[in-house]
Amino acid sequence: MANDVSETDFGTSPDDVQFRFRDDEVADHAQVTVDSFLEQSNAAAVRIEPGDDARALVPHLERLRLVEVNFPAFGDGRGYSSARVLREAGYEGELRAVGDIGIDQLAYLRRCGFDAFAPDSKLDEADAETAFARWENVYQHAADTRQPIPERRHASVGHE
Amino acid sequence: MYKYDNYDQAMVETRVAEFRDQTRRRLEGKLSEEQFRPLRLMNGLYLQLHAYMLRVAIPYGTLNSAQMHALADTAEKYDRGYGHFTTRQNIQYNWIKLEEAPDLLADLAEVEMHAIQTSGNCIRNISSDHFAGAAEDELIDPRPYAELLRQWSSFHPEFSFLPRKFKIAVIASETDRAAMKLHDIGIQIVKSDSGEIGARFYVGGGMGRTPMIAPPIRDFVPLDQLISYSEACLRVYNRYGRRDNKYKARIKILVHELGADEYKRQVEEEFAHMLEQGVEPPLAELERIKPYFADPSFETGLPTEIDRSDPDFALWVDTNTNPHKAPGYVSAVISLKPVGGIPGDASTEQMHLMAELSKEYSFDESRVTHTQNIVLPHVKIADLYALWTKLDAAGLGSPNLDTIEDIIACPGLDYCSLANARSIPLAQQISKRFAASGKTKELGELKLKISGCINACGHHHAGHIGILGVDKKGVENYQLLLGGSEAQDTSLAKITGRGFDEAGIISAVETVTDIYLDKREEGERFLDTYRRIGMDPFKEALYGE
Repeated sequence: MANDVSETDFGTSPDDVQFRFRDDEVADHAQVTVDSFLEQSNAAAVRIEPGDDARALVPHLERLRLVEVNFPAFGDGRGYSSARVLREAGYEGELRAVGDIGIDQLAYLRRCGFDAFAPDSKLDEADAETAFARWENVYQHAADTRQPIPERRHASVGHE
Repeated sequence: MYKYDNYDQAMVETRVAEFRDQTRRRLEGKLSEEQFRPLRLMNGLYLQLHAYMLRVAIPYGTLNSAQMHALADTAEKYDRGYGHFTTRQNIQYNWIKLEEAPDLLADLAEVEMHAIQTSGNCIRNISSDHFAGAAEDELIDPRPYAELLRQWSSFHPEFSFLPRKFKIAVIASETDRAAMKLHDIGIQIVKSDSGEIGARFYVGGGMGRTPMIAPPIRDFVPLDQLISYSEACLRVYNRYGRRDNKYKARIKILVHELGADEYKRQVEEEFAHMLEQGVEPPLAELERIKPYFADPSFETGLPTEIDRSDPDFALWVDTNTNPHKAPGYVSAVISLKPVGGIPGDASTEQMHLMAELSKEYSFDESRVTHTQNIVLPHVKIADLYALWTKLDAAGLGSPNLDTIEDIIACPGLDYCSLANARSIPLAQQISKRFAASGKTKELGELKLKISGCINACGHHHAGHIGILGVDKKGVENYQLLLGGSEAQDTSLAKITGRGFDEAGIISAVETVTDIYLDKREEGERFLDTYRRIGMDPFKEALYGE
């Protein structure tokens, strides 16, 4: 898929971003493939395809402003791991989920560290708002800072 | 048993609301069937040959009587008066209307039940030993660990779109009653040489088209690292499991292609990383869960002898009870395999009765076995006759546990859109044939398992005798397999040779059992004789080769 497009029109533009949970300016850098990124020293934006190894980017996180993770098909969940791997490594820039993304993936994607969403087809705003706010609590740690239920239960006895 | 707190209850209710919303969007046409499919699957709703099928989760197979009553009510209100207990300790209903499914789930939520992750490419309901907390041979009750894993795996954001489904079983006994090594992850709770409790991980087992026995990946994971290690196992799979071919997407293929050592190396690397991430729940949580599984207040000084003067009762006791750790108690197994019946099916009335009996005789608790029967885990030996009398009157007293009549069968072509052949009628005819010939008891332990297609939901690879239904030029054809086991001596069955038609396969089963009766040595089960003498004598009898 990545091979079909030229470097100049590769990836999404700020206009494609439908939901964003960051206060900084929308990153508008030309995205390159992971392979290209690793070869050139000046790129500030990269696009991860499902088969790419997100860990290859870890030594270069400081110069990254935008990481776009492509979901060519929503059932291919490798991008969830890519996102968490980057957040665990300390990446703090924009992490944009793009591609075949539906309402029912939003909460999971958000928990894995995505803070911008550029779905192929625009989603119903009200449905999306409901989906982002759906889960008052969560059972496990992920890339967000939410305190999981097993910890909340014991919060009064010394875990925060 | 485990009891929801406000958090657990809110999670299940939120899930009901979410599913109601998804169903609404589907019915309004906002979601295509293609988009809706994985969502409904993640909530246990399949589209079968005739209707929707809903699979309800029974975590580690443990139920209280209110839950069993609710399952009965569900069968009455939303289905046709029966339900089908499955090989993963769940129950499924075959005649569900999509528009009613959200209400059904709301009803179940009132008794702390749900259908979360009973299907789809996610971590499925965690299964366990059906005699957990009762068996005299167990190290410790495995269910607190299963419950910890249940919570961790529920709505896991990273692992909800895995390459394929993912099944975990947890046991804590050397005797494996949960087919642990035939799971994606099999966990055995063990004690180290220094007396510390921990978890042994087996990864990459499974049945399906390519059956594999899980190799041990780590001998000992400390209890305060259980979730971190599981997370590492799953992440390596999510990143590198094959997604190019549905039939090669299970973790067993990844472990097989990488080799157990390389998979283990990658997991260890990820595990070291996970330990730094602090994903582990506090150990206090495990300590919070444990008392829910504490022993009920067993009486002491109970009689251990029974009056065996009724031979039917004596036979049932000999066949359908399992030794208990508390003197004066046994675990009693209610067979859902009446002669000529549908394996694993129970009617509304039978479920209500089993609920009442569990309350009266078993501390309000029952279990579902992966062999599609129901266990009353803690029954006083002195109560057995009264219990048996009531079961027998309701058609639930079949004395055939682990015999050739205790057949595992998938739904097959009678219900399933994937099946190539019918399984249920075959099971019915085989149990009738052996009941009529009177050979059932003589044959002793003989595990017969039938799958209606290569996906192996009926566990045919793990049957002492297995039957696989295939489609041969539009005609149902059945292959015979011998020598499988899903117990601690796990092995995979081998095909005898060319297949049979429906009448032929039933005769073939009889032929191989006759060989066993002829060749067996003192104390040997069918499986033992097969292992000793090999396939040839059976083949010769079947094919005259």
